[in-house]
Amino acid sequence: MEAMEHETSRFVVRDVGVNVRHAGAGERVLFLHGAADVLEWLPFFDLLAPQCELLAPDHPGFGDSDDPPWIHHVADLAMFYLDFLEDMNWPGVHLVGHALGGWLAAEIAIRNATRLRSLTLIAPEGIRLKGVPRGDVFIWSPEERATNLFWDPAHARRMIERPMLEGQSDRILRNRYAATKFLWQPRGFSPDLEKWLHRVKLPVSILWGDSDRVVPGAYARRWLERIPQARLEMIERCGHLPHVERPQECARAVLSLVAAGGASRP
Amino acid sequence: MRARRALAGRRRRREPAVIFVAFHLMPYRPLDLAAAEKHRSTWVVLPNSFYDPVKGADEYESHLSVLADAERLGFDGIGVNEHHQTAYGLMPAPNLIASALIQRTRHIKIAILGRALPLVSNPLYIAEETAMLDNLSRGRIIQGLVRGIGAEYHASGVNPYFSHARFLEAHDLVLKAWTQPGPFAFEGEFFDFRYVNVWPRPYQQPHPPIWIPSQGSAETVAWAAAPERKYPFLVTFSGADLVVRYLTSYREQARKYGYEAAAGQLGWAAPVYVGDSDEQARREAGAAVESLFNNFLRMPWEMLIPPGYMSLASMQNFMRSRKALGSNPHRSADELIDSGTALIGSALSVRHKIAEMRERTGFGIMVPLLQFGTLDDTLTRRNFERFAAEVMPHFRKDQ
Repeated sequence: MEAMEHETSRFVVRDVGVNVRHAGAGERVLFLHGAADVLEWLPFFDLLAPQCELLAPDHPGFGDSDDPPWIHHVADLAMFYLDFLEDMNWPGVHLVGHALGGWLAAEIAIRNATRLRSLTLIAPEGIRLKGVPRGDVFIWSPEERATNLFWDPAHARRMIERPMLEGQSDRILRNRYAATKFLWQPRGFSPDLEKWLHRVKLPVSILWGDSDRVVPGAYARRWLERIPQARLEMIERCGHLPHVERPQECARAVLSLVAAGGASRP
Repeated sequence: MRARRALAGRRRRREPAVIFVAFHLMPYRPLDLAAAEKHRSTWVVLPNSFYDPVKGADEYESHLSVLADAERLGFDGIGVNEHHQTAYGLMPAPNLIASALIQRTRHIKIAILGRALPLVSNPLYIAEETAMLDNLSRGRIIQGLVRGIGAEYHASGVNPYFSHARFLEAHDLVLKAWTQPGPFAFEGEFFDFRYVNVWPRPYQQPHPPIWIPSQGSAETVAWAAAPERKYPFLVTFSGADLVVRYLTSYREQARKYGYEAAAGQLGWAAPVYVGDSDEQARREAGAAVESLFNNFLRMPWEMLIPPGYMSLASMQNFMRSRKALGSNPHRSADELIDSGTALIGSALSVRHKIAEMRERTGFGIMVPLLQFGTLDDTLTRRNFERFAAEVMPHFRKDQ
């Protein structure tokens, strides 16, 4: 498949410059990246963009976005994105969040869903399931990390062997700093999120790789318990990055929510 | 006053006596090194089933008695320090060892090289404990303040991203608690207390001397050297050229602030072993110093330097140099000695190395690590005695 043309824009909200890559037209789909940001335009985006307007921002602190010192935790990030959505004056957005970005999407949705149409949570962080240990991404070596992120070792090999582009290692390090700020303690969750998940009244899809070694699949069922109207799809032969390892399944799930129109407009 | 200054001017070449602090990490020497190798690190993830309490209790006793002897041997101070979840050092609570040493000694200084400020949720407990020790010892405490090494952030769960900021704020809180009449309120970003009112107050007024042991980050040097602090800065476990570079950067920083750093502001901590000859010293201490760096200090970069522990700019530079460096290499005794990271040799050789470093840096505090790795009690005691008898006196008087 041909990679789609995409553009990069910079939006400034509350003095914070946010770098946004985008392509396509139609219903807006906002992709909220995980701890590693989006180093390159993904095939997953190419599957979405022909049927919607796909927007992929770098969160404040990540990639090419600014890093305001007053954003301390994921709840701050969520409030910032509510300002962002309001500033853009978009009437309705479909949120797709992976891992840290899934947690962020849920934090946004429990606070104010008036501008949201649907939620796709891909292996989200954000809650804790006692007795189910998660992978320690902070102690793993880069090789272990790559290996543990995927079901298919070929993906891991590509990640390990991929030549670094100019400036990319600095960018990866910057992302790692930002990810540490948001994920280190409590490790990848907020003690306050789970008790408010019932407030999510939107159409929700939860996607999870059945071989996720970072946030094990057992977490998926807890999310489903807390958001009963959600549709859960366990993806076989897939690790912690379903949108990379199984982009077709993920795109199909997102687009079916987009086609259904999501929540009715107010 | 004028006459004294003139005299000092004439004696420029003469350097003041060096302060010697006998240092010890209290390692768990009975560790099965080969079996421990199978784990990711000797820190945090090495199962504590490797620790045998009966052998461990013996370790505490022998380490303590060796350290307490430093007073009889004429050292100025005894240094203890804090590390967590590791066989590298058995002092997660260094104040307990300091307290035991106070009871076994009469006049020697006890340097706690360092309490790790960012790791605690209430730094006032550190202010209180040190004040207690200072009273118990009638003013013999030196308070080192550190951030802990990277592994500590894995062990404690504290977020390394906020390590620097927490350190600075905790420092301000502790200093204020020692020096300003309580009760008062403290309103910080990380610590917020309605009542700060530390009982007891420190014995030394306004407060025990504060030292900063560090690996030499530019931010830490600039902060420690600031005129309102002038905290002595100890470079730890680095090659000779790095020691020179860091101590020089402190000096230059002081000049930028408009003053000349005193010898007593510049410190150097290094493993030291004194033998009959260079060859014999190498034979006796070579394996032990290799075990310190290759076994007891063994950890991957991810544990040593978690994200945020260094500033992003320092870390980016470090990663670039690391690419040239490769991964953690095995360090041989020869390399450690040749690079000046460890001082191992005859008394004459060790004296030469120290004199050379004084020439290059003008440092005035030396913290010799006289037991390291697997070095046994007999060799350790001999090392303490030889260092005290054959090295220290040469740097004692104004020369």
